[in-house]
Amino acid sequence: MTTEVRNLIIIGSGPSGYTAALYAARAQLQPLIFEGAVTAGGALMNTTEVENFPGFPDGIMGPALMENMRAQADKFGAQFITDDVTAVDLTGPIKTVTDGSGKTYSAKAIILAMGSAYRELGVPNEKRLSGHGVSWCATCDGFFFRGQTIAVVGGGDSAVEEATFLTRFAEKVYLIHRRDTLRASKIMIEKAEKDPKLEFVWNSQVLEVLGDEQVSAVRLQNTVDGSESELAVTGLFVAIGHDPRNELIKGIVDLDDAGYVKVQGRSTATNLDGVFAAGDLVDHTYRQAITAAGSGCAAALDAERWLAHHHS
Amino acid sequence: MGANTIVTTDASFDADVLKSNIPVVVDFWAEWCGPCRMVAPILEEIAGEYAGKITIAKLNVDENPVTAANARVTSIPTLNVYVGGQVVKQIIGAKPKTALLADLAAYL
Repeated sequence: MTTEVRNLIIIGSGPSGYTAALYAARAQLQPLIFEGAVTAGGALMNTTEVENFPGFPDGIMGPALMENMRAQADKFGAQFITDDVTAVDLTGPIKTVTDGSGKTYSAKAIILAMGSAYRELGVPNEKRLSGHGVSWCATCDGFFFRGQTIAVVGGGDSAVEEATFLTRFAEKVYLIHRRDTLRASKIMIEKAEKDPKLEFVWNSQVLEVLGDEQVSAVRLQNTVDGSESELAVTGLFVAIGHDPRNELIKGIVDLDDAGYVKVQGRSTATNLDGVFAAGDLVDHTYRQAITAAGSGCAAALDAERWLAHHHS
Repeated sequence: MGANTIVTTDASFDADVLKSNIPVVVDFWAEWCGPCRMVAPILEEIAGEYAGKITIAKLNVDENPVTAANARVTSIPTLNVYVGGQVVKQIIGAKPKTALLADLAAYL
């Protein structure tokens, strides 16, 4: 256990964690950031071109954007630990955080920015065939499906983006959605509709993944008439949304029914004094890189004011 | 490439991996795979700490499609553990060091 009590520890990276780190570092709070052992940079590390982050008219690659944000926080003296946090004690005036190597760190204030994790379908054989045709990362695994027929499940921006990306490799990509319209933004849908390799499978949900050693098909149910069918595919990319990564703080910090951290009014303050939350861990409405960055900024400002008020 | 891991290719896979006298962990990876980049420094550390007991070999799937296809890799990072030329364990997806060490415990 280290005895030094820091001003601020930020748990999580991604746009919210790194932006909080940048603001806190510029405010000379010498923040310590736990980036995650294998998740540093957050969800954007598994994306390609980001076209809607303001300030980059030609777009920017997701990983490059995160490397830039990290470098900017680093420039002002933020400290980084590339490890996971495995335990926290957030209730007292001095909060403690334990990392994967068992080391404990203390701080007066904490910003929670753990983001979200992809959701699983929860259907038979999904887990068993994960890595054998079932995937959650089109940018990682699309390459292996060159010339093949595959499917994406989901109806949001990320599902349509993945499906469009996968047509670079695959011969044909089915986009399976349980409704007859997409939630995705108009520009994404227009792009998808023009793509000759992409075919929509409306009003359908996946009941089961089929295959012995590799995915061979998915069993679908029509959500309107209940009829069942099989769709022959060698790959299934799951993009049905995300859940907040709240394992660390369940039962400690107030969460809403969907598991997102509750914050007070327009602030980033949680129910615990000196504990703030930002990014996808809080936001089930917008979930954009820019909104995550904005809330990370707000959390750093809230923490800075709280520290000035309580510890000056 | 790091100092502790070795690089294997389609051409050298047989000698580097299948004929090795000690267990070999093959890291199937590519430049464009974010999680692969995350797990790379962890593998470098493990290779250093367990030098002589285990070899960690990096196989770039872009440059070596034959071995990746033969191993039926469809997701990266995939770590295959080879003992006596056979795959005895497969680890799919990036994991923290403690979890990887637990997965590899039998071969260290």
